[in-house]
Amino acid sequence: MTQKIDADRARFRHIVRGKVRQNLRRFISQGEIFGKKGKDVVSIPLPQIQIPRFFYGHKQTGGVGQGEGEVGTVLQPGSVEGQGTGQAGSDPGEHVLEAELTIEELAEILGEELELPRIEPRGKHRLEAEKSRYTGIHRSGPESLRHFKRTYKEALKRQIAAGGYDLNRPVVVPIREDKRYRSWKTAWIPECNAAVIYIMDVSGSMGDEQKEIVRIESFWIDTWLQSQYQGLEVRYITHDAAAREVDRETFFHTRESGGTMISSAYTLCADMIAADYGGAEWNIYPFHFSDGDNWSNDDTRLCLEILKNRILPACNQFSYGQVESPYGSGQFIKDLREGLGGEDKLTLSEIRDREAIVQSIRDFLGKGR
Amino acid sequence: MALPRYLAELAYQIRDHARSFGLDFFEVIFEMLPYDAINMVAAYGGFPTRYPHWRFGMEYEELSRGYAYGLQKIYEMVINNDPCYAYLLEGNSLVDQKLVMAHVYAHCDFFKNNLFFAHTNRKMMDDMANHATRVRRLAARLGTDAVEGFIDSCLSLENLIDLHAPHIRRRPETTAAEAGGEDDELPAGEEVPRLPVKRRYLDPYVNPAEFIEQQRKKQDRERKDAARAPALRERDVLGFLLEHAPLKRWQRDLLSIVREEAYYFAPQGQTKIMNEGWASYWHSTIMTHRMLNDAEVIDFADHHSSTMGVRPGRINPYKLGLELYRYIEDKWNRGRFGKEYEECADLERKRRWDKHLNRGREKIFEVRRVHNDVTFIDEYLDAEFFEKQRLFAYDHNPQSNNWEISSRDFKVVKQKLLFSLTNFGQPVIEVVDKNHLNRGELLLVHRHQGLDLKLDWAQATMEALYRLWSRPVLVRTVASEKHTLLRYDGKDHTSETVGASDGLGPK
Repeated sequence: MTQKIDADRARFRHIVRGKVRQNLRRFISQGEIFGKKGKDVVSIPLPQIQIPRFFYGHKQTGGVGQGEGEVGTVLQPGSVEGQGTGQAGSDPGEHVLEAELTIEELAEILGEELELPRIEPRGKHRLEAEKSRYTGIHRSGPESLRHFKRTYKEALKRQIAAGGYDLNRPVVVPIREDKRYRSWKTAWIPECNAAVIYIMDVSGSMGDEQKEIVRIESFWIDTWLQSQYQGLEVRYITHDAAAREVDRETFFHTRESGGTMISSAYTLCADMIAADYGGAEWNIYPFHFSDGDNWSNDDTRLCLEILKNRILPACNQFSYGQVESPYGSGQFIKDLREGLGGEDKLTLSEIRDREAIVQSIRDFLGKGR
Repeated sequence: MALPRYLAELAYQIRDHARSFGLDFFEVIFEMLPYDAINMVAAYGGFPTRYPHWRFGMEYEELSRGYAYGLQKIYEMVINNDPCYAYLLEGNSLVDQKLVMAHVYAHCDFFKNNLFFAHTNRKMMDDMANHATRVRRLAARLGTDAVEGFIDSCLSLENLIDLHAPHIRRRPETTAAEAGGEDDELPAGEEVPRLPVKRRYLDPYVNPAEFIEQQRKKQDRERKDAARAPALRERDVLGFLLEHAPLKRWQRDLLSIVREEAYYFAPQGQTKIMNEGWASYWHSTIMTHRMLNDAEVIDFADHHSSTMGVRPGRINPYKLGLELYRYIEDKWNRGRFGKEYEECADLERKRRWDKHLNRGREKIFEVRRVHNDVTFIDEYLDAEFFEKQRLFAYDHNPQSNNWEISSRDFKVVKQKLLFSLTNFGQPVIEVVDKNHLNRGELLLVHRHQGLDLKLDWAQATMEALYRLWSRPVLVRTVASEKHTLLRYDGKDHTSETVGASDGLGPK
């Protein structure tokens, strides 16, 4: 159905895509719709254009809320009202309900928003399992699958139509034509396993903001890969001058002060792949996040070598995300580009700030490997 | 689409119940819409037609995605108009429709009776459609980009209106004769100041005739200067620009459209808590006392409680409003107000205080008539209510980059809540000089109340202002505790620190 608003909507999309009114582009922000997944609040990116006004920064004003919690309790992001609300024009009587999302729904939304291709799993023989789903209704079938309610309804309909139904003595007798049976479809479910290996630089130059970016990005990567593979194993490696495998909690919260030797992490990663994910059934996704500083050129050379000879041949895709930090030189991505620019399986992405997360997810997952 | 018959009948029943409770509303016309149409109407701010603009498309995009992903859905919309138009969502369950209709009748009562709506245009439905036609015609003549760009500039200034303007006359209406007839002479009886003398006979020597004449001339000159640059304080910046900015006719037309709509929507922003609270109070009263059948109780309770749900980081106007009306009703039912009650020191006696006044209903009807959110909260949100509602203030902690609960102190929280409601929690900005330094530059003052403007936004807004004024614009504000003058001359932004001596800073 076409509506009056379609013109406005098309106009808005044109502006967002930069086709018209270029001067508005600087007011585009990644707005968000918030949903809840269990206890976590997740946000769905949504481009928005904000009309500039004389305003206070929301971070200055704060606000008032309601509920439990002591002074000092941290409010979840997303539960705090964004700025720019409370403007005249908000209508009374707009009931808005909020719903919870499942991981599958989230992944679906993500896929749609970013136009991500579904991943073609690799492996010589794709393992698939057969599974029956009872979804349809048929007129014939075994008695054990008879659909009682439908059959009753058909019989009732027929008897009323034929005038044989007596309200005082409501007996319904189905004959053969009335009978309805459940029927099934066979679905093929891929049985592929995937391993994600996150590697993060935790040297002194990676600040909280940088880690937060990595955290957000890894959440979405997990969500997407989980929707594509049946089993997903996630491993975490942190590194400064030395690399170690850690659990998730430690991964996002440790902070070291040492220098950076990326090769240590790559060696550990390659060993991990060789030891645990050797077979061809595994789809392997290493992701490395760093601010682009490395100890020395020698070490960088070593990194390229490990990547080329050990990691890249074994994995589906190696993704390197460079988070911009005030201290990092950002050299490493250039070295990778120079050294291994021709490699198909290597994906590079520069993440300037939170706004750039969406684009970088698109970079990483957009190839459908 | 008009209501199907079974709903229309329910609507009549609910209307009669609402009337019997004393609600008083314009005629209400219900329309039933499918979800995409209701999203469109919602994007248009409740109206079936608006002028073409991308922001409605943006709004629609957000609403329809929210709906598609099952994140949110709009149950109903109602607009302040005579007759009131209200929209119901097709496919809602019967109990939801009943609830929504009861809710709508209370909104309409509020629109009709609350004083802050007294000056709103009750034929806005027609005027919105007229605005749409005018803008479409202009866009056809001048091109979409030009028209839309100008509207964007006007929208940047949309919040610079005088919320109280519809209710008071700020300026006496000067007649042409008064304005024209300048009186150069000193009014009779006014004396030119003389130098003090100790002995009367010295006066002709200390204040000779030439000196007096000189003083008189000086005084005249000052008076004329003052008349040339009258002390201006204009909150209605849009109105000021409409009168004084060098605009073409089509620009003036667009500006007046934006201004008119801003004034129309303002009372809805000013009474969000009261309006939603009132509607929630009545949907719950009408449903539980009159309209609910046994089978619907659970569904009603479920829906009602999800509407009342609170999330920690924001105020739910439905919940806060409803609770406050109920609290007031209870206080006036039991006579828990006035000097005697306030001064009662015996806590036990106070807890049991009940004078069986039963004036609660009467009181809340009065409250819905005379208050807006600011005065409503200021007057009735007291320490006892505050404790019950578990309200808190939160602030941004720059060290951890988190939002944290910063206070549970009654005074602090109430102060913060009132601040966020006063002028919609936005800075107060006034035009003070349209001919600054005699160069035709426009000077605005930000009445600084402890918070700085968001600088990048302020600068972008000044660019919009320049597009209307076409001479440099200045904003006098305070930034990082320094008196600052921002200036935009069409090409560059400058910012200089100034002294407080111009008297334009905060007192």
